[in-house]
Amino acid sequence: MSGANRIPGAGRLTPAKTARFVFDGKSYAALEGDTAASALLANGVHLVGRSFKYHRPRGIVSAGAEEPNALIGVERDAARKQPNVRATVQEVFDGMKVISQNRWPSLSFDVGAVNNLLSPFFAAGFYYKTFMWPKQAWKHVYEPQIRAAAGLGVSPTEDDTDHYSSRYAHCDVLVIGAGVAGLSAALAAAKTGARVIICDEQAEVGGALHYDKSVTINGLEGFTWAQATAAELAQMENVTVLPRTTAFGYYAQNFVGLTERVTEHLAKPDRKLPRERLWQVRAKRVIIATGAIERHMVFANNDRPGIMLASAARTFLNHFGVAVGKKIGVYTANDSAYEAAFDLKRAGITVAAIVDSREKPGEAVLAEARKLGIEVLTGHAVIETAGKLRVSSMSVARNGGGRGRSIAIDALLVSAGWTPSVHMFSQSRGKVAYDFESQRFLPGTYAQDCLSVGACNGTNDLQATIEESLAAGELTSNASGFTASQKTELQGSNAFAWTGGMAGAAEGAGPDTTVKAFIDFQNDVCAKDIRLAVREGMHSIEHIKRFTTNGMATDQGKLSNIHGLAIAAETLGREIPKVGLTTFRAPYTPVTFGALINHSRGELFDPTRKTPMHALEEAQGAVFEDVGQWKRAWYYPRAGEDMHQAVNRECKTVRDVAGIFDASTLGKIEVVGPDAAQFLNLIYTNSWDTLKPGRCRYGIMLREDGFVYDDGVVGRMAEDRFHVTTTTGGAARVMNHMEDYLQTEFPHLNVWLTSATEQWAVIAVQGPKAREIIAPLVEGIDLSNEAFPHMSVREGKICGVPTRLFRMSFTGETGFEVNVPADFGPAVWAAIWERAEPMGACAYGTETMHILRAEKGYIIVGQDTDGTVTPDDASLSWAVGKKKPDFVGIRGLRRPDLVADGRKQLVGLLTKDPKLVLEEGAQIVADPNQALPMTMIGHVTSSYWSENCGRSIALALVAGGKAKLGETLYVPMPDRTIAVEVSDMVFIDKEGGRING
Amino acid sequence: MLLIYCPYCEEERSELEFRQAGDAHIARPTNMTEMTDEEFEAFFFLRDNVKGLTYERWRHLNGCGRFFNAARDTVSDKFVTTYKAGLPKPDISALRPATEATVETYEATESNAK
Repeated sequence: MSGANRIPGAGRLTPAKTARFVFDGKSYAALEGDTAASALLANGVHLVGRSFKYHRPRGIVSAGAEEPNALIGVERDAARKQPNVRATVQEVFDGMKVISQNRWPSLSFDVGAVNNLLSPFFAAGFYYKTFMWPKQAWKHVYEPQIRAAAGLGVSPTEDDTDHYSSRYAHCDVLVIGAGVAGLSAALAAAKTGARVIICDEQAEVGGALHYDKSVTINGLEGFTWAQATAAELAQMENVTVLPRTTAFGYYAQNFVGLTERVTEHLAKPDRKLPRERLWQVRAKRVIIATGAIERHMVFANNDRPGIMLASAARTFLNHFGVAVGKKIGVYTANDSAYEAAFDLKRAGITVAAIVDSREKPGEAVLAEARKLGIEVLTGHAVIETAGKLRVSSMSVARNGGGRGRSIAIDALLVSAGWTPSVHMFSQSRGKVAYDFESQRFLPGTYAQDCLSVGACNGTNDLQATIEESLAAGELTSNASGFTASQKTELQGSNAFAWTGGMAGAAEGAGPDTTVKAFIDFQNDVCAKDIRLAVREGMHSIEHIKRFTTNGMATDQGKLSNIHGLAIAAETLGREIPKVGLTTFRAPYTPVTFGALINHSRGELFDPTRKTPMHALEEAQGAVFEDVGQWKRAWYYPRAGEDMHQAVNRECKTVRDVAGIFDASTLGKIEVVGPDAAQFLNLIYTNSWDTLKPGRCRYGIMLREDGFVYDDGVVGRMAEDRFHVTTTTGGAARVMNHMEDYLQTEFPHLNVWLTSATEQWAVIAVQGPKAREIIAPLVEGIDLSNEAFPHMSVREGKICGVPTRLFRMSFTGETGFEVNVPADFGPAVWAAIWERAEPMGACAYGTETMHILRAEKGYIIVGQDTDGTVTPDDASLSWAVGKKKPDFVGIRGLRRPDLVADGRKQLVGLLTKDPKLVLEEGAQIVADPNQALPMTMIGHVTSSYWSENCGRSIALALVAGGKAKLGETLYVPMPDRTIAVEVSDMVFIDKEGGRING
Repeated sequence: MLLIYCPYCEEERSELEFRQAGDAHIARPTNMTEMTDEEFEAFFFLRDNVKGLTYERWRHLNGCGRFFNAARDTVSDKFVTTYKAGLPKPDISALRPATEATVETYEATESNAK
């Protein structure tokens, strides 16, 4: 037996198909197709959680996605556990482990329940008032304490071992919701041949047909018709049927996000399957068929376990075969709840009474109740309930006062009417309109190409819903050019038309009371809290929402918003639409991070770029660092060396012998065309007309405001062809910058730009023996100093493959940069290394590269400059063409601030104690004894230990720095103040002779 | 996610392929060196933060790579039209729908409450 409350013959589950699951350590039986909620109820478990603020015992309120109370943790193993799952949507699988939340030490005895006794101190807005001082205490005491006490579930600490997938889809018609309305619309659309996607959040289609057994469509019982229709649709090539799929967000231009729960319901999911699949659907038309959600009644102590929505009790009985109690009461303002009493009564359950707040219920349901012998108390109210961990009785009194009469019950079914689910419509930026007659918000002005049908559109009648939906299916298909060859016809009937409904507090929970009549179960917001918020001056519904936290929980107020609004309107003495509705935002129900992130995690989070020689460098023992998306060899430690020792050795070796370095990550742009030189004249500060083919020049690029944007060496390959290099990090934005000017400001220039960064592998060979290393490998290029001086470029061959060989240096040594087509990079690197190694040369990484360039005072844009540095600040005025009529930044350079005295300028710094290495970013002051806060005159931009200099060296931006050469400045640090001397930026080979060796 | 019509590809493509590139119809002066500080300030620094119709540049970065212009409503976040770089501002009144659905804003709610 799968639970004592399972009624033989009731429901649609198969008794033979059982599963076992564990709830808080105790094992229970369930049937396949059960939700955690239905399985717990079948076993008589109503108490499933504790409330957020007061820790009150709470049970299952609904049978669907709107559930505010029954939040559970679901666990497969240590890594795969998910908190805050609604028990009403989690399907049971064999071996499932369920844990209740927000209680300690146990669900039935929870220490935190003391909050309920202290509740007078926890009125709405208490966070804002109580924890104001002392200021420090918020961060260290109050917030951690509140977070620990007022909690939801606990997140897993291990990495999620599941995987998630993502799919883009396009269709003519997307139907959201597969109840009567959605299925009818999809059927009509599908029969025109239009591409249709229909999704539904539940495991099986049918929507309200899960509980309403009285419906027949085309002669079939409603739920059976729904399954048959879904099967028919699924077989059509133009249709995709997606159960267990929630449309959670409706974005611009009919872009709708869906999450499909692929394996959440399986005991042993195929590990190849994703746990969830994110669908990003672009639909030409959207049909919203999201139905309506029943509201609860707002009365004193309406939150005890066992008090639930009438439609939920019907679902548990008619779909899951579970009776939610043995002796039930009904409290309603609406006819629909009567049908729950009828169904339960017919299943043999005792119905103690139907309490109806209205004097005049619908005649048809009243007659049926009498026929079934159910006592109906019209014009009555439930004014109180009792029962510690489950409701045990209700107090019923006539409207307008009088003493309550206690009626023993073990479940209370409530209904205050139905709220159309306009979430998707509102998310599409459609404007809802309030319908005074039916007292509900309905779709008003549409903002996108969508249509609402059925209950979410305010259509109550079954046949009207069918016809409206069929018409919508056809209409939306017509918009894509599809027409039906024959009309789809559906005939439906059901038992009763429903009347009634109310919003706001019921009898006994009015303005003159202080009872706990909950409107928002999950955030513990009562009717009196809304009134308090209004008294305290909150008059906008947006303020009331934030002050009380009504509707701010994970259920986003699906049950509570309308009640809260009605109470606010009543207290303010205004009509409901004048108070306004808070905006509906995505997601409709919570979406897991896994689904949203899907493939973008771990190695796939961001592309990793590796140079062609990466594997060889790895084999040579390189340690890599991340530079943007690139992996760059950082240093090459030998056995027993730490980073410091390795880098010192590399620095020495390059200057004493030679070193080889992978410079492939440098940005490379091929600038070609008859106007190429003219274009570069405008983009760079330098002049390019005078550069002869075969020669190179260091170029500086500014933004229009005059600040340094990028730099690099440019080689002229031919009259009309330049090989431009950029910084590694600047490659993409420099390309964009050039394209921008070429396309929009200088479109008259005949130039082509091509990114060639990944087409060339670049091997820098630097040092006194650089020429000797490469000479035997090079063909067709005279490497002598005379024929191939510093800052030249030649085309020829190396190791038999074509090369653009640059004579250039970022170390101050004789240097070559070997550019070969990327695929040849490894072979050429290996050949060069084979020659270099026996000579005592080394491979060096980015750390050594940084130190060697700093020893020569070569700047790195982005490290020594920060977007506020001019060429003059960096002592690069020589690179600015003085006679040029125009270049990008020419006017910016003349701005008053950029030519003023006292600008921060790049200088060298030498610590008085040569062993001390400054911290990069450290601030510099002129007088270390001044009062705080000190006047800071600059900061350290680059700082290293230089083994070649035998001391530390640094570059810094210092106000008026160039005029301070030789002066002593100070770098205050937490533990001491470091004295430094301002120097020029070149620390080694000041004459610069080595570069021409 | 928006769909943006690239006037060069002549196709609507996903927003993911595009990058916004600042205000449109601000031509770089040809007499840069003769500009006063005030003129340079107006050209380079000063921009309107338009509520409503704005003209801006976009680049079909992960597509054809071309820069083009767009007229977009900053309130509804709708593209009214896109057009090739270098073309004059189009006549928007002919392109805009007569009634634009207004967007629910906090301010609107506030005025309701008053």
